[in-house]
Amino acid sequence: MEHAALVERVASASVRRFAAEVGTDGPVRVVGARTQWDIGRRADGQRADVRDLHAPDGVVDVQPSELIVRVGAGTPVAELDVALAEVGLQCPLDPPSSAATVGGVLSVGHSGVRRLRHGHVRDTVLEALYVSADGVLRRAGAPVVKNVTGFDLPRLLVGSIGTLGLVGEVVLRCGPIPAQRGWWQAPGVDPWAVRNAVFRPSSILWDGTTAWVQLEGSEAEVHAEVRSLPGERWESCAAPTLPPGRSSVGPAMVKRLRTEDPSVAIGTTWWMAEIGTGVVHGANLARPAVAPPILELNRRMKDAFDRSGRLNPGVLPW
Amino acid sequence: MPVSRPIGLWTVSDTRWVGSQIRDDDAALVDALRLVIDSKRVLVSAFEKALYAKDASSLSPSEPGVVVLPVSSDEVQAVVRIANHFGRAITPRGSGTGLAGGAVPLDAPVVIVTSKMNRVLDVDVDERTAWVEPGVLNLDLSKAVAHHGLHYAPDPSSQQVCSIGGNVATNAGGPHCLAHGVTSAHTIAVEVVLPDGSLCVLGTDDPGYDLRGIFVGSEGTMGIVTKVCVRLMVNPPAIRTLLADFTSIRDASAAVSAVIASGTLPAALEMMDANCIKAVEPWAKAGLPLDADAVLLIEIEGVPEGIEPSVAEIRDRCLSSGARTVRVASTAEERALLWKARKSAFGAIANIKPDYYLHDAVVPRSRLVEVMENVIEIARRHDIIVLNVFHAGDGNLHPLLVFDGREPGVLDRVHQAGEEIVRACVAAGGTLSGEHGIGLEKKDLLPLVMTDAELAHQVLVRTVFDPNGRCNPTKVLPAGASCGELRRVPDGAWV
Repeated sequence: MEHAALVERVASASVRRFAAEVGTDGPVRVVGARTQWDIGRRADGQRADVRDLHAPDGVVDVQPSELIVRVGAGTPVAELDVALAEVGLQCPLDPPSSAATVGGVLSVGHSGVRRLRHGHVRDTVLEALYVSADGVLRRAGAPVVKNVTGFDLPRLLVGSIGTLGLVGEVVLRCGPIPAQRGWWQAPGVDPWAVRNAVFRPSSILWDGTTAWVQLEGSEAEVHAEVRSLPGERWESCAAPTLPPGRSSVGPAMVKRLRTEDPSVAIGTTWWMAEIGTGVVHGANLARPAVAPPILELNRRMKDAFDRSGRLNPGVLPW
Repeated sequence: MPVSRPIGLWTVSDTRWVGSQIRDDDAALVDALRLVIDSKRVLVSAFEKALYAKDASSLSPSEPGVVVLPVSSDEVQAVVRIANHFGRAITPRGSGTGLAGGAVPLDAPVVIVTSKMNRVLDVDVDERTAWVEPGVLNLDLSKAVAHHGLHYAPDPSSQQVCSIGGNVATNAGGPHCLAHGVTSAHTIAVEVVLPDGSLCVLGTDDPGYDLRGIFVGSEGTMGIVTKVCVRLMVNPPAIRTLLADFTSIRDASAAVSAVIASGTLPAALEMMDANCIKAVEPWAKAGLPLDADAVLLIEIEGVPEGIEPSVAEIRDRCLSSGARTVRVASTAEERALLWKARKSAFGAIANIKPDYYLHDAVVPRSRLVEVMENVIEIARRHDIIVLNVFHAGDGNLHPLLVFDGREPGVLDRVHQAGEEIVRACVAAGGTLSGEHGIGLEKKDLLPLVMTDAELAHQVLVRTVFDPNGRCNPTKVLPAGASCGELRRVPDGAWV
């Protein structure tokens, strides 16, 4: 059958070995660098007999003329960044810790702070080779930048924390590394005014008093954008330190922080908001409630893909 | 693989109605619908139903059981619940401009048309988002926010008539999706009526699985969109539109790869071949070179201070790949004219032959050279005229097979050539559809790119949303993918 060749053709020996390790029974999970290990973890449902596996490690193939890269899920993001930079490319996964693995970042599904310009992290995944609860290796998506062939399984896998399938290898969309990239900060500036003043900022952060903006592009572009920033007190700076913790509170809540006491509105005084994405960084932030029909869909999805609950037991993404 | 079948064209003689009267068991259904929806918006006559019997593809029409045009989420919910009560399938429909048969109402379903739900509900200028109803037309949305300096980026060629709800259902694309991504990347949240009649909002940052992401592009098989929160984009402060002309399509294809690898990603990168130019130019008068073998239409966005070096870089890449000339549109009118030529290409086809069959497939863009040569060779071998006008920067081909359906035997040749083109794209590492979707048209081709195990997961996802198989049940997945629940494509359908 010609179709069987597709997943067979792209699956390397290491991916096949990974599938064999997952096998068909017993609780199993994939360990990356454990930099975001507690996300989705529940006190109940932990299993002492769970097997820890590692996804294949290494950059398989960078294709500059295609602006894509095929990479093992166990590869550290730092290693991917170096391999891409060698040919003038980047893939802005921007994990909170540089030790994080590609698979770890994707399984958690949190975008980096450059989401404002580069989009959600799930939009970078073009193809995923994953092993399901039945031990079968499957391919979701294809190594092309546009694809509406069937339902969009790569997006379902991103953020699923290894509870629907265990991802061994992915093809990611990349882009050119800009000639210049940097951060600027200013006190007392309205961050929404910043957004309206510059064309395509990479990120705008705000802690209630100071605004930070990250810009990237050619030298001429970045200079022009810096000149158009509102106010006089902008200075070049290092990347700001994000408070630990993160929650998508939504743009409406971020706006409320202009006038409301953050310790009441979001329950913390040390916070930093991403303008334009509704993400706030800070400790112990409340998670948005999940509506009953959505909870039901999430449960049915988990049940459909992993009826016995062997994939990453004790972890649920909702 | 599907067996060869004749195309059912939209002619009276080809129309095979299931039945043009209300069936006995429809009477109670219609009565129930009229209790919740103004009876003027419950269509039951054969004439009215005929208007909703097909989409923009050449698939055979099929008569709806009943057509309803709700005006609110509440009404959609009520209709879905009534359809469930009567055990009837539903088929959602936007503007009916789909090209893969997703809205063709097989098996007399309740067709829910969202075109009367066409209000822009709320625009948040600070956050650059808007809540809109699904019947809002794509271009109308951009017009509605133009005074804020904003626009909606995905721009299918049908943008004057296609709806946002339909765009969400097919995860639609368009020329400007090269830099900004397709519909999914611009859909922040969708309010949907699920197949069981419950109403919920699926958001991009919801805790849990990306249900929004799986819903976008599900072609009406997981529920009906009743509101959409879209991402708007700020209008670029500077735009340059380049027209590069080539004496060989091979050089033009090579130039695409050279531009992609240049370090400047254009906002759009489109190709038109010689046949397309000859069809379009006499009508559009956009200044396309009639002696060219292919042209590339390239758009670059940025800030005024940074855009000229990008223009120079891309011009150099085109020239070193063999472009004869590279012209930069000097006025907004000239730019608009070039885009008019591109987006109205399909309308100009009637100058050549009365019928066309438009394909949609994707290949890795670095394989464009060989795939284009293959496409042209396949068409030559089957003695079919092919026009190529497509999203070259995305590797998204749209070979347009032009023919006269009255010529004996031509339909078999069109079918054969079409299938060979799709196979050539898959063989080059590509896939079946980049933006039109699977619908009825390509569902039996899915095994070309998916194993049985992969198909089984497609079925799983759909079943999570629609356990009883009520929502557009005959679409997307091949017959037999799910325990005989799904019906075969009817005779006369183009697959």
